[in-house]
Amino acid sequence: MTDIAATAAPSTETATLPARLATGFVNRLVIIVPYLWLLFFFLVPFIIVFKISLSQTAISMPPYTPVLGFKDGVSGFFAGVRDLNFDNYTWLTQDALYFNAYVTSLVIAGISTILTLIVGYPIAYGMARAPATIRPTLLMLVILPFWTSFLIRVYAWIGILKPEGLLNQVLLATGLISQPLVILNTYTAIFIGIVYSYLPFMVLPLYSSLEKMDYSLIEAAQDLGCPPTGAFWKITFPLSLPGVVAGCLLVFIPAVGEFVIPDLLGGSQTLMIGKTLWNEFFSNRDWPVSSAVAVILLLVLTIPIMFFQQAQAKAQEQGR
Amino acid sequence: MKSLGSIRRDFSPWNDPNAKPYIQFDKVTKKFGDFTAVNNLSLTIFEREFFALLGASGCGKSTLLRMLAGFEEPSAGRILLDGQDLRGIPPYKRPVNMMFQSYALFPHMTVEKNIAFGLKQEGMPGPDVEKRVAEMLKLVKLEQFAKRKPHQLSGGQRQRVALARSVAKRPKVLLLDEPLGALDKKLREETQFELMDLQQELGLTFVVVTHDQEEAMTMADRIAIMDKGEVMQVATPAEIYEAPASRFVAHFVGNVNMFEGKVAEHMTSTTRITGATGAQIVVDNGSNAAAGSDIIFAIRPEKIKVSSKKPADAVNALEGEVYDVAYLGDMTVYHIKLDDGQIVRASALNASRITEDPLTWNDRAWVSFRPDAGVVLTR
Repeated sequence: MTDIAATAAPSTETATLPARLATGFVNRLVIIVPYLWLLFFFLVPFIIVFKISLSQTAISMPPYTPVLGFKDGVSGFFAGVRDLNFDNYTWLTQDALYFNAYVTSLVIAGISTILTLIVGYPIAYGMARAPATIRPTLLMLVILPFWTSFLIRVYAWIGILKPEGLLNQVLLATGLISQPLVILNTYTAIFIGIVYSYLPFMVLPLYSSLEKMDYSLIEAAQDLGCPPTGAFWKITFPLSLPGVVAGCLLVFIPAVGEFVIPDLLGGSQTLMIGKTLWNEFFSNRDWPVSSAVAVILLLVLTIPIMFFQQAQAKAQEQGR
Repeated sequence: MKSLGSIRRDFSPWNDPNAKPYIQFDKVTKKFGDFTAVNNLSLTIFEREFFALLGASGCGKSTLLRMLAGFEEPSAGRILLDGQDLRGIPPYKRPVNMMFQSYALFPHMTVEKNIAFGLKQEGMPGPDVEKRVAEMLKLVKLEQFAKRKPHQLSGGQRQRVALARSVAKRPKVLLLDEPLGALDKKLREETQFELMDLQQELGLTFVVVTHDQEEAMTMADRIAIMDKGEVMQVATPAEIYEAPASRFVAHFVGNVNMFEGKVAEHMTSTTRITGATGAQIVVDNGSNAAAGSDIIFAIRPEKIKVSSKKPADAVNALEGEVYDVAYLGDMTVYHIKLDDGQIVRASALNASRITEDPLTWNDRAWVSFRPDAGVVLTR
């Protein structure tokens, strides 16, 4: 940024005051852009959702009251603000359904994240150790599924997992099983769906942290008497932890709020918060309650992550 | 030939026919695809020796070291350590340790833990590990840095940690891959002597790979000069410098003047050479090149005397003109263009502050040298 400023303006001695002000403005502009982005596309929508969560449901358009505005003047606006309350949040604590849905979602997301890590780590490790010439191809293969619609790929899994589906046909034909396995509409199907869908988000950060690791560290460990498996757990894995953490967060966060996979693969009885939210919003048309569900979900996810990142930054300062 | 021995008095097992070799490369070849990194190489290293593998990059010296450490297996031939064939023994079971060029310190461990790593691997009990680590930290003078992580250390300190880590297990052989390559010049010179002291103190066998001839000359008992996967000469630093076996070695180590010529006459102790342009040179250091054969006469610049008049007693004296003079403080380097057109480099130590008879550009000058000052090279 300073480079741009230096070329944009002549040296400070000869620069006129307007030129210097312009330089300062350009410098600030560069920083302002991401902040504006966050303001308009994150903070403002969040405030709107938060406001709705404090409203009451109503049979109107939009389906909640009060609608804040200035058509009755400033006093009308404040009259509306006085009508806001936390009743919806109280409601969430009174019905065990919501609590269960949150817990189930966290557990399913947690298990899925661990499964994704177990599947993704060997893939990332293999890629990082592959000859440098074929790495771009492997990377391409990991990203390739994104070229097809997510929804279509999840639908495809129904075809594979259903009782008369591809998997069961193969297993029956080879004689490994005599009865078709019931996988579709179970938690197993949800796990399969999440692991499949989010695998690239796990593999990519893992790959980038494994790829830049100095292989002579492994040789040094072996040289000092450590067999290869020991060297993996003592050297490779600890050094790939930043990638493990990044990958797990990238999988865990969207998995908690996941709606499509439990809906399509998990069947009607699965209780996940994303699905609950969908039901409140579209089936019950209860915008205030679904907004409250969304706000709580955000808090449940952000607060631990903030603590975690703080701890990580501290650890990073202490030593890489 | 007069003795060109070891820098350590009373240490020259390579001259003792009964000495048992400690490390033996026996007709070792290593191929990477089509590329032959090491070609049918045989080499013997003795216990407690400080041995240097010297060569340009890509000459196979690092491959040799990596085969000894077990990171590469020879394509053909055997490597024996203390009589034991190392084939098939993985690196983590070999009684050798390596100090890596990049140091390869574990970035997530403290200095202490880095040094303790190998000891814990061999199952040494905790209190003993602590004792040994403290000992090692003292040895490399890093006691107050025990709790630091590698990135909090300077380059020189990291080098010491790497050294401490690699000697902590008291290996039979310590392999050092360009151990001083990442240090600046001054620190490198200090560390050279420290490494020598350490080797003496611990009584270990050191095999060091380097491309820096000065480093090899300073530290090693013997040097193997390598080129294209083959050993060109194995000898003490003094022998390498004063009695190079070939043109390659003479060129590779230090500066040298070379005269092409033919052996005119071969007598019991002296050889008379006729240069390509007719100059006569008499050499008496035991060459047995046959009369009439094409040879190279090689002589180091500091063995050549430059004077304005022909020295009365000189056996070998050639006349020319001062072509270039470079005053370097401790010595002056002259480039003398002989009357036959060849340029000879001669260096004179400035032993006194004021030179009586200073030579300068375009002065007529004589270069002279003793009959035993140079060597006759047949290849």
